[in-house]
Amino acid sequence: MPLFDKKDKSRYATFTRRSVGMGAGMTAVFAVLAGRLYQLQIRDGDQYMVEAEDNRVSERLIAPPRGRIMDRFGVELANSRRNYRVLLVSEQATEGVAQALDTIGKVIVLSDQQKKKIQHDIAMNKKFVPVPVAENLTWDEFSRVNLHLPYLPGVQCDVGETRDYPFGKELVHILGYVASVSPQEIDKDADPLMSLPGMRIGKRGIEKQFDKQIRGSAGASRVEVNAYGRIIRELGKDAGEPGEDIYLTIDREVQALADQRLCDESAAMVVMDVNNGDVIALSSTPGFDPNWFNTGLTNSQWHDLTTSDHKPLLNKVTSGIYPPGSTFKLAVALAAIEAGIATPDYRVTCNGRITVGNHTFNCWAWTTYHHGHGSLDVEGAIKNSCDVFFYETARRVGIDKIHQAARKLGLGAPTGIELPGEHSGLMPSSEWKQKTYKQAWQQGDTLSVAIGQGYVTATPLQLVQQTARLASGKAVSPRIVHSVGGKQVARPEVARLDVSDEALARVRSGMNRVMNEGGGTAFNWRITEPGFEMAGKTGTAQVRAYSQEEHARGITKNSALDWKLRDHALFIGYAPVIDPKYAIVSIIEHGAVQAHPHVAMARDVMLLCQQRDPSRMPAAWPVTNSASAAPPRVQGAAQPMSPQPVKAGG
Amino acid sequence: MALRPYAAAKRTLSFADKLLEVNWGLVLLICMIGCAGIAMLYSVANAHFQPWALRQIGHFTLGLIVMLAASVIDIRVWMSLAYPAYGFALLLLVAVDVVGHVGLGAQRWISLGPLDLQPSELMKIGLVLALSRFLHGKSIEEVSKPVPLAIGLAMIGIPAIFVVLQPNLGTTLIILADGCSLLFLAGLSWWWIAPTLGAVAAAVPLAWRFVLHDYQKARVETFIHPEADALGKGWNITQAKIAIGSGGVAGKGFTQGTQSRLNFLPEKQTDFIWTSFCEEFGFVGALALLVLFAVVIFYGVQTAMSARSQFGRLLAMGIILNFIFYIMINGLMVMGLIPVVGIPMPLLSYGGSAMLTVMFGFGLLMSVHIHRQVEIPRHSGGII
Repeated sequence: MPLFDKKDKSRYATFTRRSVGMGAGMTAVFAVLAGRLYQLQIRDGDQYMVEAEDNRVSERLIAPPRGRIMDRFGVELANSRRNYRVLLVSEQATEGVAQALDTIGKVIVLSDQQKKKIQHDIAMNKKFVPVPVAENLTWDEFSRVNLHLPYLPGVQCDVGETRDYPFGKELVHILGYVASVSPQEIDKDADPLMSLPGMRIGKRGIEKQFDKQIRGSAGASRVEVNAYGRIIRELGKDAGEPGEDIYLTIDREVQALADQRLCDESAAMVVMDVNNGDVIALSSTPGFDPNWFNTGLTNSQWHDLTTSDHKPLLNKVTSGIYPPGSTFKLAVALAAIEAGIATPDYRVTCNGRITVGNHTFNCWAWTTYHHGHGSLDVEGAIKNSCDVFFYETARRVGIDKIHQAARKLGLGAPTGIELPGEHSGLMPSSEWKQKTYKQAWQQGDTLSVAIGQGYVTATPLQLVQQTARLASGKAVSPRIVHSVGGKQVARPEVARLDVSDEALARVRSGMNRVMNEGGGTAFNWRITEPGFEMAGKTGTAQVRAYSQEEHARGITKNSALDWKLRDHALFIGYAPVIDPKYAIVSIIEHGAVQAHPHVAMARDVMLLCQQRDPSRMPAAWPVTNSASAAPPRVQGAAQPMSPQPVKAGG
Repeated sequence: MALRPYAAAKRTLSFADKLLEVNWGLVLLICMIGCAGIAMLYSVANAHFQPWALRQIGHFTLGLIVMLAASVIDIRVWMSLAYPAYGFALLLLVAVDVVGHVGLGAQRWISLGPLDLQPSELMKIGLVLALSRFLHGKSIEEVSKPVPLAIGLAMIGIPAIFVVLQPNLGTTLIILADGCSLLFLAGLSWWWIAPTLGAVAAAVPLAWRFVLHDYQKARVETFIHPEADALGKGWNITQAKIAIGSGGVAGKGFTQGTQSRLNFLPEKQTDFIWTSFCEEFGFVGALALLVLFAVVIFYGVQTAMSARSQFGRLLAMGIILNFIFYIMINGLMVMGLIPVVGIPMPLLSYGGSAMLTVMFGFGLLMSVHIHRQVEIPRHSGGII
């Protein structure tokens, strides 16, 4: 049998022919593959390169360190402290999250509520994201966790930074506080930092007013992530701009004493430099610990803060509105002298009461002692705070001239201090009443205003401004921020007050006699240290109208009334009497009792302030106007100059 | 017949003769491609030999041994082993299907110690061997007669059914393509071919409706609109295209492929290894690899043409076609030209079973080459 026959030959030919055909097909396949490679890699390569980078690179924000807030001597009033945290990475918790939390709960205290919240946070995040289990741990707790770390799979210990206020509630109404960002705030502010988890922003006070500067600007870390979003490595880092430090004009020592003397009263006290407006102390009590808001407030804490009749959340210095009471008599006196009515020979005789129209007005001396003050000139009337004198004088001067004088002293307009939420109080005029109530101004209205009641209201800050202006003869306004980020805050040139020297001298003389002449309303609480003597004016502001019936039966003593119904006790003053440096105001809500013992609080603060004389001590403020000069980080750089031992903060 | 001075012309070759006749150029080519694959497995494991590269070196070494062993065995021995091999592969296929259905979920492989053997891989070689032997015995007229044709189709269809039941659509398609190509090369009449092509074209919509599994339909739908679901089902194709495209002209460099290193590429060590290669070596590298593949195929086709026996010709061509179907489906799939069907890239992708099958196939091809002068009568059944 032949190995090859015809049939074999023909099928070989077919095979070869068809193989060649298939070879052509294979070539076509390779051509398609190569063509597609060309299309993807050469023609569209750039676009895919971009997409690959988008896949790979992710930007993470870095929160810059928040700027510090210092007092005039560099004492840190707000800074960052270490935040000892414990984090849990759920994928590394080999025995499950619940078991891990139970184990941690044996080392540090974890409530069931906290555990539930952590479980929720873990469920909301990818399983390799560290979720905070506990924050702001004490060193003891933190070291305990570290000690047990080998037996706590998935647990990480971490030291972060958080805002700290070493002096707690003492400066809360100046500094304000920081707290978590609300959704509305995220909408309002385009700063990418706002949506950073754990971000805190200023909610009150300086923290709010200068939030943008203290916050700094966001840094970014470019990281390589894998398909699941896990960070593989850092590609580059931009640390961002750290927040700027702020130096205040406050002297922490004076502030501490003011706060301590006001104690638990619902009260306000401000001390300011009469020449340049530097606020040395600004205290509103009761306060609250701003650290609570940073770490998270409990419900009961919040409830206490919002329902207390002492209004701890309110900054009474800038936002509390009070009738100025007798302290307003200084403005009336100034108006009378300026109007040429209260000449040196001008006298009014006080018989204890005065009748205007068909209304009888009593002098406080009549209500208390049932006799009048007799014949008084302006200075004597200020010394005795005689109501009848000012009723009569105001009647002659008229509301509009009083209004004018009071506006020169800064009443009825915001002072412009660098704190949010300042109120302007009210300094009425006949025009104002016409506009607001569509009624003509009545003489009775003038008489009420004459003793600082009725329509007239002011904030404690306005009252201290008024005092400073009387004391210095300059149109100073209170300022609390000295420099931001090493740059001094621009202040307007302090102009002379548009009041005659004679008028100022006579009002000052009256204020001097209030304190330093026997029989003056504040004589018992004067400063006796030579050279530190203080001049001032007391005031009592009614918080309710006395009825006719009450007048008939005799005014009830304040001490016998409910706290809420008692009069406010006011005091304004400046010191020293010769060449004044500091002005002070104190207001004790519902604090009026027989005479004016509360003046002692202001006296103590004023004495300390003069003894320290912070405006004469070298401040720690950055020297130049450039931002380059770094302030010393050491607390209380000026301490050697300090006559009082300074308590180390924090 | 004028015979060239060629050892094989003696018709009985010594072992030394055979070693001399081994196509060492082809071996070198295969080694180059295999090494490229191992290098990529090292790269996609973030420059580590674990878990894939080291084991793949083992697979490849074993494959080389299998290949050389297969190449020196006389082609007539393979001819006599053709039907038993087919039967054995079919038996394993049935076994794995039964085990798979008895156990929970589909199982495609049998564990043989460290190696997972996929009977469907073995089946491709078994089918090529058996069909080549069957068609060797048929003259060109007989191939187109109904009875032999029916037997041939049954040899293709029976394993295809078992593989599609696994379910493994990609391998089924390759088995069908291998078998039909052999029938075509054996000289099947156009009178059969043309109407069948028409019927297949008509059957595609029906298959869509009744045969394909949901996950298979999803792959097709995803293929048509990959961007519609870029993070879901379209993820694979979208990311593969980004990987290839971002390679650009020169590539990102060895071990610098971000798409695979950062796990954006799925199945980066198996089906999408070619993608990683394109990403790291760019258009230049990818084209070079395609050229290597093309040269291997050229060698294969040349071997088929030069064989003196119909069995040898069909065997060589069948194996080369099997090889090119792999490359084609995988290449077109990862570059977004056809739906994802789960076919590895031969010699590159990680996997012992596929590597051994491919190397065994090349062994048979080289056996055809070494024994290309051996003449086998049409009615011979081999020499065992």
